[in-house]
Amino acid sequence: MLDPNAIHQRILGALPGSEVEVRDTTGTGDHFEARVVSPSFAGKSMVEQHQMVYAPLQDWLKTGELHALALKTYSPEQWKKLGSR
Amino acid sequence: MTPELKARFDNDIRNHKVVLFMKGNALFPQCGFSARALQILQQHGEVHTVDVLADPEVRQGIKEYSNWPTIPQVFINGKFVGGSDILMELEERGELADLIAGKTPV
Repeated sequence: MLDPNAIHQRILGALPGSEVEVRDTTGTGDHFEARVVSPSFAGKSMVEQHQMVYAPLQDWLKTGELHALALKTYSPEQWKKLGSR
Repeated sequence: MTPELKARFDNDIRNHKVVLFMKGNALFPQCGFSARALQILQQHGEVHTVDVLADPEVRQGIKEYSNWPTIPQVFINGKFVGGSDILMELEERGELADLIAGKTPV
């Protein structure tokens, strides 16, 4: 069972300066959703952005400890434009 | 993945603007995520579909080709765009039309 905070810390460690929000969607500690706004995402496609978030979580994803992570990723510029949707 | 299979993917993706690797075909999608991806893409024009259920080699090979673990998979203008979540998000953000038109880099 994972803690949203542990996921938060790993994402932040891999993408310093990001704004990260992680939520446990089912309360079972294996399905999460995350929103990441990171300057490192500028000029990257959405797939590349998602892969940058998955990278530090790879071992949890492989073992199935982290079963699902619904991702929303934005560069600060995209977030400014779309964040209030 | 064999070189023949890689060449086949390269060709599919080069010869069609929008390619969807899906479970089932355009007439009979066999999975809700594939059906949804198809529906979104069809609103923007023609979609070339490849049924991964017809060939286990294709089903496994495409995952290696794009380094992405799930199906459906979408390729636009020669580049891998993502799976159904990313596609839905791009549509919601209003970015998909521009991507297909080649106005924004994939």
